Amino acid sequence: MNIRLTINGEPVAIDTDPDKPLLWVLREDLKLIGTKYGCGIGACGACTVHVDGLAMRSCVLPVEAVAQTSVTTIEGLADEAGRHALQSAWIANQVPQCGYCQSGMIMAAAALLKDNPRPSDDEIDAAMTNLCRCGTYPRVRRAIRAVADDA
Amino acid sequence: MKRRSFLIGAGAATGGLVIGYRAWSHSFAAAAARQVEGPGEHLLAGWIKIGPDDRVTVEVPHIDMGQGTHTALAMMAAEELDADWSAVSTERAPGEKSFANRFLARGWVMQGYDVPAYADGVTDLVFTEAARFIGLQITGGSTAVRFTGRIGMRMVGAAARQMLVEAAAERWGVPAERLTVRDGIVSDRQTGRQARFGELAEAAAGMSVPASPRLKDPAEWRLVGTSPIRLDIPAKTNGTFGYGIDLDLPDLLHAAIRTAPVHGGRLVSVDPAPAPQSGVERIIELDDAVAVIAPSWWQARRAADLLEPQFSGEGKDGFADASVETLQDEALETGEGTLLEETGDADSILGQAPAGRIVQARYRVSYLHHAAMEPVNATAQFADGTLTFWGGEQDALGTKNLLMEISGLSARRVVVNALPAGGSFGRRIPVSADYLRRLVPIAMAMAPRPVKLILSREEEFTHGAYRPALATDIAAALGPDGLPTAWSQRFLSAPTRNEAFHLPYTIPNQALRSIDFATHVQTGTWRAVAHTQHAFWTESFMDELAYAAGFDPFEYRRALLPAGSRQLAVLERAAAMAGWGEALPGGRGRGIALHEAYGTWVAQVVEASLGNDGAPRVHRVVAAVDCGGLCHPDTAHQQVEGGIIMALSAALFERITIENGAVRQRNFSDYRLMQLAEVPQIDVQFIESGAAWGGLGEPGVPPVAPALANALYAATGRRARDLPLAEAYAAMS
Repeated sequence: MNIRLTINGEPVAIDTDPDKPLLWVLREDLKLIGTKYGCGIGACGACTVHVDGLAMRSCVLPVEAVAQTSVTTIEGLADEAGRHALQSAWIANQVPQCGYCQSGMIMAAAALLKDNPRPSDDEIDAAMTNLCRCGTYPRVRRAIRAVADDA
Repeated sequence: MKRRSFLIGAGAATGGLVIGYRAWSHSFAAAAARQVEGPGEHLLAGWIKIGPDDRVTVEVPHIDMGQGTHTALAMMAAEELDADWSAVSTERAPGEKSFANRFLARGWVMQGYDVPAYADGVTDLVFTEAARFIGLQITGGSTAVRFTGRIGMRMVGAAARQMLVEAAAERWGVPAERLTVRDGIVSDRQTGRQARFGELAEAAAGMSVPASPRLKDPAEWRLVGTSPIRLDIPAKTNGTFGYGIDLDLPDLLHAAIRTAPVHGGRLVSVDPAPAPQSGVERIIELDDAVAVIAPSWWQARRAADLLEPQFSGEGKDGFADASVETLQDEALETGEGTLLEETGDADSILGQAPAGRIVQARYRVSYLHHAAMEPVNATAQFADGTLTFWGGEQDALGTKNLLMEISGLSARRVVVNALPAGGSFGRRIPVSADYLRRLVPIAMAMAPRPVKLILSREEEFTHGAYRPALATDIAAALGPDGLPTAWSQRFLSAPTRNEAFHLPYTIPNQALRSIDFATHVQTGTWRAVAHTQHAFWTESFMDELAYAAGFDPFEYRRALLPAGSRQLAVLERAAAMAGWGEALPGGRGRGIALHEAYGTWVAQVVEASLGNDGAPRVHRVVAAVDCGGLCHPDTAHQQVEGGIIMALSAALFERITIENGAVRQRNFSDYRLMQLAEVPQIDVQFIESGAAWGGLGEPGVPPVAPALANALYAATGRRARDLPLAEAYAAMS
């Protein structure tokens, strides 16, 4: 089945099984490997992307369900300057350790700030439910705070 | 002891300088040394390459699994080299014996540390027969910076610097002593003449290699001790950093497997019919699993889920958590055990002490899963008689040996390519790499096409290599002053090395016995290994002694530590950081714990309470750390902080349980990890004592569970002697 959608600003048509989760379409069909497989049940957030601006867990999202939408992945997050403000803050605060969960973390944080540019600590806590096994959470919070306080 | 070391240099094909460090040894006093440094041994710690474009590349014999060691090691080389840090990058050395890590082995043997249990998979090889031609190339035991870096990388950097200086001196016809180096440029102080490393590299490659290059005094360090931006981080923020799971190869196939739920179980039969015809290349029956091969992993996994394979439980189908406890109790009560520590006569003192002066308790710990965010995966291709492997294994050389054993191929027919891992924490080492025993036959069956095996998160959870579930009995006698006069302990131990049981306190009579314990459930090395249970047991029981004797737990420990010692210094620092003794909001308690792991002393104070729902809450953790010295303070801080969070998560929530012989937890939905909202305030301070450098990846972990358990006791008056604490307190209420 041919499914049309926009990925990182580019229109694409994909001939694929409509049940295939968006995560695997991104990784296998489009070779956008920045979006990660972590759990397959929407529990860890490593696969977080934006669908029409909303943070969604792409491992439980059949590609059919996102036909005609606009999807942004970590590869498409940067602005014209080459980096999203959060990516710069992530580097300045040296957030990642192994880095595997960080695409999802950054995408979740970007959706939060787009919706709510100056979130409270509680709002950050509520929005950031992605799992990180290395324990980067304090720095994730600090990097989001840094961007929010600049807003 | 007599040992000769030398550096080797060579002109690179690109016209640059390549330099590495080799060593051999002649005669040895110590038998251990003979095993590590056999005659004719050519083990090499690291290479530095300098290209005509001024780029400095450091080959690192450890994988990146998030600890920042690539940056730290490159800093140590660049420090001695006086390189321009912005021109330095790293590469992962391939899994070949020429990159074996001699310094790791030597660090353990010469500095008096036992080889961490973490490394057991390779230590047998290294410390017995294979030292002749195989060395260590592993990431574990918190060893990278303190051994590879401090010894190997610095030496190589210093030698390369000296060769570059000599090349410049010869070119300009001036004495080398007059030249200085800074930021990748050699300068003549008198004439002001300058040359970049890239301009000198080719000539430098022709210089003789200094036998013992001068190393800087730490006071001269300009880069080491600072915190430059880690080299790996930008790519970890934009999706371009590639892990093993991201590997793409021409003609790549994907494998999904269903493994016997009971560890050690066998595949009895499987009907291929339920799998869809289209998209599936093959269904392969293995001894203990069935694999589905497809061009897409999603297709392979979907088909695997539709199969209904029949497995045997090999008689373990009835095994459950209660069985583990029964076996633990039996082993503790009847196991003979090995006496590992005997000072004085603890048992007769305990035998004679009045009942009122004896404290005793039984403690347990549960199975824990690594739960690295990147599911275990690996890729292999068997073509033209050669098995090529790609994966984020912590021990590239040990992996090569394992692949040789599984495939029956010779060393030159097995090629290992090490890729970064999205966390590992001790999971991906050869002794517990059961998945490679499934991957190799799959790759051989699908030859010559490469096959990537990805464990679904469910397979990954149910077929882990868990921190073993163990138990201990401890008894102590208190003297008239309340301090312990005797400590007698029997503990269960996984059949691996264990250096974690030593008591940090001055107790005159000690008897500690280890009893080997295993079930059919696969266990392995979980971050900090045996330290995780021993710190919980020792430091919880110390707390019990303090309360039984009517002491403040901090003062009690203080009274048992040598004046002027590193352990006393970290304990006092942690207490000061936490405001020990100051009033707390109602319902809160403070707990303290002290532990040494991998050469690093850590003391922590946790502030905790029970919430209205009866669940533990952690409000604050402070840690004082003495790891001797610091290479990259920011990364050091991050490693301790991350270790504390992983340990809090484990101590509060995590437990693998067994039902019908199999692991019950299948995903993050039934194995809770700590989330951002639950992370307390964490403060970490370092004491740079100047002692031999200790590790940092693991030592932050062990004190967390006992400090938290002690805090909850202080808050509630009820003590948990089993983990996880959320479960223990739920059971008490």
